Amino acid sequence: MANLEVKLGNLSLKNPVLTASGTFGYGTEYADFIDLNRLGGFIVKGTTLNAREGNPYPRMAETPSGMLNAVGLQNKGVDYFIEHIYPTIKDLNTNVLVNVSGACIEDYVRCAEKINELDKIPSIELNISCPNVKKGGMGFGTSPDMAAEVVSNVRKVYKKHLMVKLSPNVTSIAEIAKAVEGAGADSVSLINTLLGMAIDAERRKPLLSTVTGGLSGACVKPIALRCVWQVANAVKIPVVGLGGIMCATDAIEFLLAGATAVQIGTANFIDPTTTVNVIDGINEYLDRHNFSSVTEIIGAINK
Amino acid sequence: MKHLLDLTLKESRFLNARNILMKFTSDKWLPEMLPGQFVEVKIENEPKVFLRRPISIHFVDYEQNELWLLVQTVGNGTNKMAQLKVGETMNIMLPLGDRGFSIEKSNQDLLLIGGGVGVAPLLYLAKILKEKGNKITFLLGSRTKEDLMQIDEFSKYGEVLVTTEDGSFGEKGFVTQHSVLSAKKFDYIYTCGPTPMMKAVAKYATEANSACEVSLENKMACGLGACLCCVTETKKSNECVCKKGPVFDINELNW
Repeated sequence: MANLEVKLGNLSLKNPVLTASGTFGYGTEYADFIDLNRLGGFIVKGTTLNAREGNPYPRMAETPSGMLNAVGLQNKGVDYFIEHIYPTIKDLNTNVLVNVSGACIEDYVRCAEKINELDKIPSIELNISCPNVKKGGMGFGTSPDMAAEVVSNVRKVYKKHLMVKLSPNVTSIAEIAKAVEGAGADSVSLINTLLGMAIDAERRKPLLSTVTGGLSGACVKPIALRCVWQVANAVKIPVVGLGGIMCATDAIEFLLAGATAVQIGTANFIDPTTTVNVIDGINEYLDRHNFSSVTEIIGAINK
Repeated sequence: MKHLLDLTLKESRFLNARNILMKFTSDKWLPEMLPGQFVEVKIENEPKVFLRRPISIHFVDYEQNELWLLVQTVGNGTNKMAQLKVGETMNIMLPLGDRGFSIEKSNQDLLLIGGGVGVAPLLYLAKILKEKGNKITFLLGSRTKEDLMQIDEFSKYGEVLVTTEDGSFGEKGFVTQHSVLSAKKFDYIYTCGPTPMMKAVAKYATEANSACEVSLENKMACGLGACLCCVTETKKSNECVCKKGPVFDINELNW
């Protein structure tokens, strides 16, 4: 049994496996299938200052080896989270992170401020990369200056681990990563979904109510891996890799490319036990290759 | 409690050109399932299919330890399912949907309306409702006589009335045009089928002042209420069909 513990700056994870926001609900949806305490952590659904109804149905289209979604950050708002959800998950023996999104800088700041008060939430993941909201969201993540501005404002009020989730829908993701590092981020997670689209040829209509949506699943893995490698070579803060991880080997590839931890997203929809299978698979890989710690393989392709 | 099980195909048979009845079993006892709940089936070795396929629970035979699925072969996923051979297994997540049909009724006059493959969940529902002393009437609609399915099975639990669009069996027309609807008032109506049919049934039920439940079939991914893809607009908010449904009272919906 190798040592699976990793550190994202001041945040310790018992293993490098987290779940991706928006794919794991509030964790409890998966409790019939896995022991949540086995996870390095999980990241709850995108939370905003005020409740959001999200986009109209249809919000999802299956695509080759993947899917498009246009959920649009449906959630009941941060106060509902604090009152109704937090009590149900705060005593878990794992890291519960909250993904925070907003339509303007003030919303991000006020939402982060409220979550800063929750003792058992050691980190937020700042979502500056959601492709499915008209205001804010990805708008903040596609310009280095805007990204830095939202991060530095949140940094002033948020005292714990600040992870920033980056969009791949940019010319240079490394530029954005450097900008948020400079603004005080403790780590970056990438990639959020890729902007995509699907059409029903027979009906001559788009398959999503919003026409475009975010692409995820196995098909995005090569792009995600490339982004992680580029960013890991550009910044000093830890990188959390996600995008199309379906099995332990996929996760190991992200670690080898330079990610300190990974997130499992869309794979949860196909096999709700993917997370624990990935943890077991990483351990098996480390044993088979005679590594005593998972940290030995982080960025190993550069060694 | 939801389960992830590898179930073995015990028997399968096409009932007509597009629909196949698949009976699964397990070496362990099947968990408790309620009428109106559904399962999600993992489709293996089919590159065109990425997500699980949600399928209604057609019937559960606890004595034989069998789960019956009635599957319409409409695309790559369901066609792949239909190719499964007896003795082979499929990974099935079940039972899904916190809310199935209301079954806490007794000694009532109940109408179960199904259209096309939407008849599927009504068989298990009828068994449970009949055990509680209710009188069951089925009203099943299809395009032609050939499209009708499981009439012998439905007949075990109540009277079966039929409409076909071409008039080849039963009364000609849509289910909402059947003469029984003007001849008689039912205490409660359950329906599953194409959305336009269910909306027409809901309209009839509202006018006839009968309570009515519908089973929705939105496109879904996780099946667990996590991804929020399959929402339907209710009077309160957007709710996941997979978790808060799949059955809703028509008064909850913005129909």
